[in-house]
Amino acid sequence: MALVEVRDVHKKFGRVEVLKGVSLDVAEGEIVTIIGRSGSGKSTLLRCINALETIEGGEIRVEGRSVHTRMKDLRLFRQRVGIVFQAFNLFPHLKVERNITLAPLLTGRTTKAAARALAEEVLARVGLSDKIDAWPDQLSGGQQQRVAIARCLAMRPHLMLFDEVTSALDPELVGEVLKVMEEMARQGMTMILVTHEMGFARNVANRIVFMHQGRVWEEGPPSKLFTAPETPELASFIANTK
Amino acid sequence: MNFLPLWRYFDHFAEGVVVTLELTIVAAIAGLVIGVAGAVALRGRVKPLALLVRAYIEIFRNTPSLIQIFLIFFVLPTFGLKLPAFEAAAVALSLYFGAYSVEIVRAGLDSVPKSQIEAGHCLGLTGWQVFRHVVLPPALRNAYPAVTSQFVLLLLGTSLASQVAAGELFHVAGFVESRTYRSFEVYAVICALYFAMAMGFKLLFTAFGLLAFRWPRRR
Ligand SMILES: Nc1ncnc2c1ncn2[C@@H]1O[C@H](COP(=O)(O)OP(=O)(O)OP(=O)(O)O)[C@@H](O)[C@H]1O
Ligand SMILES: [Mg+2]
Repeated sequence: MALVEVRDVHKKFGRVEVLKGVSLDVAEGEIVTIIGRSGSGKSTLLRCINALETIEGGEIRVEGRSVHTRMKDLRLFRQRVGIVFQAFNLFPHLKVERNITLAPLLTGRTTKAAARALAEEVLARVGLSDKIDAWPDQLSGGQQQRVAIARCLAMRPHLMLFDEVTSALDPELVGEVLKVMEEMARQGMTMILVTHEMGFARNVANRIVFMHQGRVWEEGPPSKLFTAPETPELASFIANTK
Repeated sequence: MNFLPLWRYFDHFAEGVVVTLELTIVAAIAGLVIGVAGAVALRGRVKPLALLVRAYIEIFRNTPSLIQIFLIFFVLPTFGLKLPAFEAAAVALSLYFGAYSVEIVRAGLDSVPKSQIEAGHCLGLTGWQVFRHVVLPPALRNAYPAVTSQFVLLLLGTSLASQVAAGELFHVAGFVESRTYRSFEVYAVICALYFAMAMGFKLLFTAFGLLAFRWPRRR
């Protein structure tokens, strides 16, 4: 059974249908990269997987359970799924340590006594041990994004979703974030990521999903998709991103 | 000009100051609770409740607070609810301060981006936890300057409670004046006292603000 099963999902904003029957399976440990033009529905799909959006048709299951469910089950589900956004979304009024430990403490996943050690551990994994007592706004964009990743890791997620997490960063800061994600991939984390970083998609992903006009237009291993695209839409997309 | 005859009334003035402070603080705390609850209701999905809060705000912000105090002190007893002067004034001023606080707190809550709320939900927190830990602190910081200046207006506004003999500073002034006939001196003294209290609170608020809101401002 796949970890994530997306079955014929339809999503509308008002009258506009943004997802027109999307299906996608992601196995445990797999790294799936979603690419596609602006407005093709990549972010919407990711948000649906985390039930940040309701859906009008189809079903999304994670670990065999529908994500569009009762509030209480949804919370438990979200505690095991990390999502990182383009805009970091760290809590500006909490220091790095508290940003990381807030949710583990409030959801009973750690104790007051163990919280700092937990923060230290996940910060070490993103290479920011020295920033534990900093305010988010004292950090660079790349550092903030790595704290955002660490904040997810502290919840011990089974699945990580990334939505263009390097798009808001200065070019020289992109590498440090990608490195962290590569390391997570090496450790076997299941990841679904939307990205414009074609190098990353090519080298790290097991599978590329090309979305076009609210549909999965083409998918396959990077070696195939990048070298021998079957559809003209993907071919022109690749040509334009080189 | 002679302030000496007022010295005998030191205890009266002191008592007036204490009552004024009590009124102000009670009304401020109750009003703030109303403010947060009302702001949540205004943003909530229960339309009739939001409408009710909206009506409350408009009524209390568009009528003289003196009349609000009178209504609660003189008119409520005919419905069987008789409050002593201090309590009646405290209730009236709480409702008055609350009406302004709702709008202030709501603006503060609105200033917190939706993405912050989403981030909280994505971590599996409950609605209440998100509100308490993610939304409220930055909202309060943004509302803080407006709340503190409204607080000073409330402090000065407690003088209206003298009209129902609530025993606060302005009421004391009337009493001392009737005994000494030293109008100018009496009112100069209480003016200075109001000024000192207002400045004292401003200092206190500044200090508290520095302690409570230490995170850097967004660039
Ligand atoms: N909250 C919303 N309300 C209305 N329309 C929306 C909303 N969110 C997205 N859309 C629309 O849905 C479509 C898909 O948006 P989505 O953000 O999923 O695209 P995307 O593939 O992530 O694009 P980008 O690469 O620019 O991030 C767009 O046409 C967008 O305008
Ligand atoms: Mg997007």
